Amino acid sequence: MSAVVRGRLIPSLLRRGHALSLDAQQRETLARLPLAGSVSFEDAAAEAGHAPLRAVGVHVLQVNLGKRCNQTCRHCHVDAGPDRREVMSDAVMDACLAFLARHEVPTLDITGGAPELHPRFRELVKRARALGCRVIDRCNLTVTRLPNYADLPEFFAEHRVEVVASLPWYRAQQTDAQRGEGVFEESIAALRALNAVGYGQAGTALTLTLVTNPTGAYLPPPQAALERDWKRELKRLYGVVFNHLFTITNMPISRYLEFLEASGQLEAYMQRLVQAFNPKAVEGVMCRTTLSVGFDGKLYDCDFNQMLGLSLPSTILDADHDELDQRAVRTAQHCFGCTAGSGSSCGGATT
Amino acid sequence: MTDYYKPDHLKRFAEMGKDAPELWQKFSSWYEAVFAEGALSEREKALIALAVSHALQCPYCIDAYSSTCLEKGADRQQMTEAVHVAAAIRGGASLVHGVQMRDHVQKVSM
Repeated sequence: MSAVVRGRLIPSLLRRGHALSLDAQQRETLARLPLAGSVSFEDAAAEAGHAPLRAVGVHVLQVNLGKRCNQTCRHCHVDAGPDRREVMSDAVMDACLAFLARHEVPTLDITGGAPELHPRFRELVKRARALGCRVIDRCNLTVTRLPNYADLPEFFAEHRVEVVASLPWYRAQQTDAQRGEGVFEESIAALRALNAVGYGQAGTALTLTLVTNPTGAYLPPPQAALERDWKRELKRLYGVVFNHLFTITNMPISRYLEFLEASGQLEAYMQRLVQAFNPKAVEGVMCRTTLSVGFDGKLYDCDFNQMLGLSLPSTILDADHDELDQRAVRTAQHCFGCTAGSGSSCGGATT
Repeated sequence: MTDYYKPDHLKRFAEMGKDAPELWQKFSSWYEAVFAEGALSEREKALIALAVSHALQCPYCIDAYSSTCLEKGADRQQMTEAVHVAAAIRGGASLVHGVQMRDHVQKVSM
């Protein structure tokens, strides 16, 4: 399954029996950090006029189909990888589709792991499109290079799926350092295949968005300026075109948390997030409009809370839309990641 | 003084405002304006700052602008080229003085 990545894949935290594979251990690690001024996210949000931080509706249902992936990126907040087996059950997927239909949620956002590896991925896409949903697939690109998945670009185009693809940088060195040796070359091949079926091309309305995460312990660059650089360089170097670039701040969760701890940068990174707190970014945090579903049907305010085990009382099987609509969001210190600098979300910068 | 160049001095930079607050204020607002997006992008300005930091061999500036360059969208390849620009100017500056040397030698020689 991991044929496109050259060299040895690192095992997941879970496979290595690492303490940070436990969500409680992650929460404790973040909670005990001594940050200057002892500032809490709840206080910071309150000063920005959000006490408590509340949802304003469910505009996006983000479903995490599981932890299976053909890569083991060093920053992965899901601890996904080829050695993970957890995938969404039939009952949970059916409940997600029923929720979309019952509440006319405009957008289905599919993530993982590599969500395309789920046996019912294509069925989910087709049924959500039939309901009239806008469908986003969070794609690692290299999955489309696996023998049984090479027709994914055509499938995406046929069903007008918005492809949001991860690529940390427009050079091999930085990309392979984060995602595995050989990933950059395969990602460029995947982007060319997406371009070939119309993605990123003018006049096709097939949207190709690239997502960049910093390849280290620093904040992402300004999104608009970076998008100009990326469009110029990807076209010049590889003839690749795309529509948008999203910058996403790395969250101190799971394998990125491991990297921060192991490299002795955890405290400084958290301090950087706190220091860069932008009150204007609180308004647009994605948890206010997103409902996140875990592979096991548990509900969360976002995919990050999902990985930290900060679940909501109900599951997708017994979800009460009215209660979820205006719910108070579960917050902790990691939330500073979404409010630093220009703000960060699954839709990129938020200010 | 037991040693020079303590890393925490960078964090304490603002202490320079303590006995001259107005001058510090003027410096700070001018500094901020210098690095704002203008005819040059923030990324280009950060790369220039990184090159100058190396020409000045200021360890505080090198740490600060290495981070700033990354956060403004420059990468290691661009930053390495920027340092070469600084090195080339420093090297060239030494070398061009050689003409002065040659003139002097010419003057005092038979």
